[in-house]
Amino acid sequence: MLTTVIRAAEGGHETINPLLPATPDLIWGAVVFVVLFIFFWKIVLPRVTKTLDERRDAIEGGIERAEIAQAEASAARESYQAQLADARGEAGRIREQARVDGDKIIAEKKEQASAEAARILAAAQAQIEAERLAAQTSLRTEVGSLALDLASGVVGEALGDDKKATALVDRFLADLEASEAAGKAGK
Amino acid sequence: MLPLALPAASDDQFQGPTIGEFFPDVILFAGTPFEMNRIMIIRIVVLLAIVIIFSIGTYRMKLVPGRFQGLIEILLGYPRRVGEELLGEKDGKKFLPLLTTIFFLVLGMNITGIVPGMNIAGTSVIGLPIVLAVISYVTFIGAGLKKHPGTFIKNSLVPPGVPLPLAPLIAIIEFFSTFVLRPVTLTLRLTMNMVVGHLLLVLFFTATSFFFGLLGNGNPLGLLGAGTLLFGFAFSVFEILVAILQAYVFTLLTAVYTQLALAEEH
Repeated sequence: MLTTVIRAAEGGHETINPLLPATPDLIWGAVVFVVLFIFFWKIVLPRVTKTLDERRDAIEGGIERAEIAQAEASAARESYQAQLADARGEAGRIREQARVDGDKIIAEKKEQASAEAARILAAAQAQIEAERLAAQTSLRTEVGSLALDLASGVVGEALGDDKKATALVDRFLADLEASEAAGKAGK
Repeated sequence: MLPLALPAASDDQFQGPTIGEFFPDVILFAGTPFEMNRIMIIRIVVLLAIVIIFSIGTYRMKLVPGRFQGLIEILLGYPRRVGEELLGEKDGKKFLPLLTTIFFLVLGMNITGIVPGMNIAGTSVIGLPIVLAVISYVTFIGAGLKKHPGTFIKNSLVPPGVPLPLAPLIAIIEFFSTFVLRPVTLTLRLTMNMVVGHLLLVLFFTATSFFFGLLGNGNPLGLLGAGTLLFGFAFSVFEILVAILQAYVFTLLTAVYTQLALAEEH
């Protein structure tokens, strides 16, 4: 086919060889190429690349965002549950503490009360004992003098200051007490 | 339109198309290195058409493309895929502007061969294919030298593993095939496809015109014109295929040569 063309060139237009480029042919070929190259390089392809990247981001980013949102949601749920468990534990602990405190307070109060009761009882008994002793003592004195007065009246003599008489009364009273004690023990 | 561009055929003698088809009269800037004939003007028109189409197609691109943007993206996807499949993602991106330019420039210039009113491919005169072949040539040699400085030429001429006595012979063959034949075949394959396509179409349509002329004069041989018209139509469709195929082949070979240069064994 090539030879046909060359022959045709030789035959019809001897000055034209289609394999040798004319200068304007080369120049316009180069101009067209350069313009188009710059056009695609600087304008078209950056736009397309940007769009493709954005599209990929939109697709992958959507998936990523969904995953992130899901992770956040489950994290939030976990932390909520953890907080809930904490709160429950805290409430239980407070309740337990309160119960323990209450028990302690009740025990203390009981103890205090019984101690107070014991103290009051002891004081009362002591007082009663003291009063009994006082009564016994005064009774003993009074009974003694009464007996002496009675005896003096009976015998007509003053026995009041006699040491013997006092000793006699004391002995009598001691015997009385002894017999009383013996009677108590006997009962 | 075509018959108008032809030398007037006389009624009784058929005159086929000549190589003069590709060297029409100068229209603009006569006498300067920038003089323009019909084909140069067609090149400028194609350039403007490509710029306008792709400017509109990529203006305010949306994430969800409309029909036109989708079409533009599909078109731009062809050279992108060629680059990425042959050169890998990184180098494919680097050489994408060149491959895209070559693809659409060749395609646009080829397709004018069957565009009514133009009827001749912008690539059917050898200047533009030479420019493109030289750029492809410089690109793959430059890529090889940059990637493997010092060893690229040596390994291109004598592949590793060649027995020493054979080396000079291999070197001559490899030099011829890599550094001479590649750009020449790139140029001629494209130019000759377009030249032959154009000559065929002109032949069919001038023949149709000639036969119908005969028919007008009462010659029954003129009925052959129906056949030539049909062939002309069929070859017009075929030329669309050739236009796309040649654009693809030129882009593919540029990518293949670059890939071979980058992947040179060391």
